Amino acid sequence: MAAVTTTPRQKVSWGTANFVVVALALIPVLWMVSLSFKTPAAILDPSYLPKQWTWSNYSQILSTSQFIRPLVNSIGIGLISTLVAVVLASMAAYAVARLRFPGKGLLIGMALLIAVFPQIALITPMFSIERALGLFNTWAGLIIPYVAFGLPLGIYILSAFFREIPWELEKAAKMDGATPFQAFMKVIAPLAAPGMVTTAILVFLACWNDFLFAISFTSTTSSRTAPASIAYFSGSSQFTVPTGPIAAAAVVITIPIIIFVLFFQRRIVAGLTSGAVKG
Amino acid sequence: MADIVLDQVTKRFPDGALAVDKISLDIADGEFVILVGPSGCGKSTTLNMIAGLEDITEGELRIGGQVVNNKSPKDRDIAMVFQSYALYPHMTVRENMGFALKLAKTPQATIDEKVNEAARILDLTQHLDRKPANLSGGQRQRVAMGRAIVRDPSAFLMDEPLSNLDAKLRVQTRTEVSRLQRRLGTTMVYVTHDQTEAMTLGDRVAVMRSGQLQQFATPKELYDRPDNLFVAGFMGSPAMNFLPGTVEEGHLRTPLGDLPISGQLRQELERAGAPRDLIVGIRPENFEDALLVSADARPNGITFRATVDVLESLGSDVYVHFAKELERGVDSAELRELAQDSGRANADGGDEIVARLDAETRVREGDDVELWADARSMHVFDPATGKNLALGANPDTPVEAAAPAADWPAAPSGPATSAGSPADSPDLPAQ
Repeated sequence: MAAVTTTPRQKVSWGTANFVVVALALIPVLWMVSLSFKTPAAILDPSYLPKQWTWSNYSQILSTSQFIRPLVNSIGIGLISTLVAVVLASMAAYAVARLRFPGKGLLIGMALLIAVFPQIALITPMFSIERALGLFNTWAGLIIPYVAFGLPLGIYILSAFFREIPWELEKAAKMDGATPFQAFMKVIAPLAAPGMVTTAILVFLACWNDFLFAISFTSTTSSRTAPASIAYFSGSSQFTVPTGPIAAAAVVITIPIIIFVLFFQRRIVAGLTSGAVKG
Repeated sequence: MADIVLDQVTKRFPDGALAVDKISLDIADGEFVILVGPSGCGKSTTLNMIAGLEDITEGELRIGGQVVNNKSPKDRDIAMVFQSYALYPHMTVRENMGFALKLAKTPQATIDEKVNEAARILDLTQHLDRKPANLSGGQRQRVAMGRAIVRDPSAFLMDEPLSNLDAKLRVQTRTEVSRLQRRLGTTMVYVTHDQTEAMTLGDRVAVMRSGQLQQFATPKELYDRPDNLFVAGFMGSPAMNFLPGTVEEGHLRTPLGDLPISGQLRQELERAGAPRDLIVGIRPENFEDALLVSADARPNGITFRATVDVLESLGSDVYVHFAKELERGVDSAELRELAQDSGRANADGGDEIVARLDAETRVREGDDVELWADARSMHVFDPATGKNLALGANPDTPVEAAAPAADWPAAPSGPATSAGSPADSPDLPAQ
């Protein structure tokens, strides 16, 4: 027991360290929230809280298609990418976990390679490819790379989940008269649901937060996502920076993420650790 | 209802390992057949091939007269109970039991009726809406059985269904399985590594070793007339005792004493071209405290002296362990495998003999006592092939045991006061 008791001194030092880390992470966010409620004139005002609270930044961004349309794009592209990635990752992970086939090691290695490859290095060739294929500035032009980069993570998480499901359940389903597809849909998939939810959350977060692909492969609001659209906000004149609207837009795209994380926090941790231990 | 015929069925895994080697079984309709053997003997693989979960490399499998080698499990109309039960954790007991019927698109009313009926038989009615995680081991086992019953299949396959239960529940469930099979009258193939289950449950038992069928017979036949050393050593608990024996001058010399060889046994031995050195097998219950053997029964066996090493009293019986100095150990691949399977470190630790005596006996630990062994029930095996050489002679008249001890010409141990001579007599090895 002695090993786990903490001395008051340890408590103080750990507490301080934790406080510093949390403060470093949260102060910019709080500053951004504060900015989003300030009037344009008060943006350079050094006070922490707005002296005069205003919703004008929010009403400004939410009244133009400059931001609403990218928001719709973000949601649509994020959901489709997530769905496709989870379905494909489930099938691939099931094969990886259950079957022995030639080139399995290679497949897993390639998936890992995609995950660790620096994305910035791929922008130029992918830009050329998308231009040539007519995918530039379309939803598909973003969905395809998002799925590609979401798959390795999904395969890793899900194959760890599938490995934990006893194979005998599948045999039992076969004996009960299920086709392989029925066995997967009715027995295996429901049991791997936590893994699928985890994968879905992580893939969606990656799509939602992505800036690099979104800014590179789009040119108009027809397919530009929310984070990229913020970069195109313009001030009232060429010489004013639209700090207030940018802050307001940043708050708007952060809120779903905060809700998501608070809601699924336990799930994400469980999914990641089970993948870490078993995978 | 269907018969199951395995004709020279062979399973070879992709890595070349031969799991099942040309096994042929003819399982009649409604018969309860047990596949038994130590782990790795191929019994589960055989069951999986019948189920359709493993491909058959060679040979033919017929269920109800139809060749089903290439049919998928769902087209074979058989149900299986798994060792781990393999209940679907996300479904209630009711859904688990009705799953197969639902897949077969049976009307919901029929499903309910069949599930309720099976639940009633298995005493699961009050648990129908619970999830498997909330059930005890015994209840889960019954759900697994229920899942098989509701389908009303032509055959049941069971893969060690009782091995996850504790000892008491296992005995209880064993009886239930037996009763259930009688009641349903469905063909059942049951895999176990426990010879007690095999003895008590099966109409017929197939003993397997390293992918090969050793013997397929009724439990009684296996016990009384084992084909070879492996079957003899595997069936029965405590196991049969094996002693070295040597044919010498018309006698079979064993550490317990000399046995005359009957004309019939001699013929058998000659026909088999048996070597001089043999292995003699004798079951624990064929021993008795010499004081409890009536005078007219005594000549049917040999009497010898031994020092009781350990005594275990079970109330109804007394098990006595004693050691005998052996000139040479008994050595055969089969016995080594059996010893390995039962976890004995010393493979040829055959010098300890177990005898089951009547509870009346006054024998105590450490005593030097006179024991009697029934020569009529002894088995003689060829150490090289493991074959039982005394099958023609056993169990009726293995030896002309009626011969009085004094007439044994080869016994050099001085004045023969009682039947046989103590094995530790210094004279014995002198010949």
